[in-house]
Amino acid sequence: MHELPITESILKIVLKHARANSVHKVMTVHLRIGKLSDLEDEWIQRYFDYLSKGTLAEEAKLKIERTPVIVRCNACSESYEADVKNLNDLTCTACGGKEYTLISGREYYIKNMEVQ
Amino acid sequence: MENVRLIEVKEDILSDNIKLAGEVRERLRGTQTMLLNLMSSPGSGKTSLILQTVEGLAGKVRFGVIEADIDSTVDAEKVTARGIPAIQLRTGGFCHLDATMVTQGIDAMDVSELDLVIIENVGNLVCPAEFDTGAHKNIMILSVPEGDDKPLKYPLMFSICDLLLINKIDYLSLSDFDMSALRERALALNPRLTILEVSCKTGAGIEGWIDWLNGEVETFKNMEE
Ligand SMILES: Nc1nc2c(ncn2[C@@H]2O[C@H](COP(=O)(O)OP(=O)(O)OP(=O)(O)O)[C@@H](O)[C@H]2O)c(=O)[nH]1
Ligand SMILES: [Mg+2]
Ligand SMILES: [Zn+2]
Repeated sequence: MHELPITESILKIVLKHARANSVHKVMTVHLRIGKLSDLEDEWIQRYFDYLSKGTLAEEAKLKIERTPVIVRCNACSESYEADVKNLNDLTCTACGGKEYTLISGREYYIKNMEVQ
Repeated sequence: MENVRLIEVKEDILSDNIKLAGEVRERLRGTQTMLLNLMSSPGSGKTSLILQTVEGLAGKVRFGVIEADIDSTVDAEKVTARGIPAIQLRTGGFCHLDATMVTQGIDAMDVSELDLVIIENVGNLVCPAEFDTGAHKNIMILSVPEGDDKPLKYPLMFSICDLLLINKIDYLSLSDFDMSALRERALALNPRLTILEVSCKTGAGIEGWIDWLNGEVETFKNMEE
């Protein structure tokens, strides 16, 4: 259920660009989704298939690349990649600091799309 | 067959909402109304907390409530029965509120007469964390029966909140909920998180919550000067 609003927004942007470029058919959409997102690739595709019926993006494949969670150490400002499974126990690779600020890892970014 | 070509899109899907949320925040700064987004799983005690807040703020802070519910008005009815203005937004199938829906809510209220608006978001720990509502402060409730492992399962929710209320502490003696483990996990995700323990049933800790809320409303007003 949580995939629905996100997928709807993805489709809206895809169709906007498809129309602006006088596309006949959208073949593939390349997305970058942060690893912090709880949404499953498979379900995003299923909802996309359902919502895109009868549109220019019908049958388009979503190619999802998961982007890492990057945090910045509050003590020394060093940025490092965090293990999503282990966010409760992160230690700065530079200074051993425990407190951090999230820099990226929660985005839903549409990179580009292959169209005809 | 036509050639396949590549179109650059370069858009983040949340950007429209982020922009609108910024407008909501600015607009409510203008009327000196603090917007507070209250989130939790279903049944953790959002409505109970709002009802517990009525008395504590009486005569000090004028507040209204935006209720989000998939398809009912029970929560809004409970709140209005206590003399607090409430707007019910039916979210239909949506599992969260976004800035567009919140705008509808504040359009329907006389916010210039209010110091505080509390949003009771849809009960769920996933989507509400993704969508900025335009709130100045984000709050979550975790109730004891849900377990102390929730920061591990819903890291985003814990990392975006300013305050975490642990509700239903009257259940503590009946469960293996480990308060210090919970605190450690939540603070590791979000070191600036304030954590308060309450029971909306017995009233334990509610004073601390009211103090926090009064303090935030005051700070918000003074920021404007
Ligand atoms: N024992 C105990 N029960 C509580 C406490 N707080 C709330 N409850 C009960 O928990 C149930 C759910 O509380 P609500 O306030 O309706 O929860 P909610 O988060 O608004 O629920 P939804 O709007 O459905 O997501 C009710 O039966 C409350 O009486 C508490 O501190 N202790
Ligand atoms: Mg409720
Ligand atoms: Zn460091």
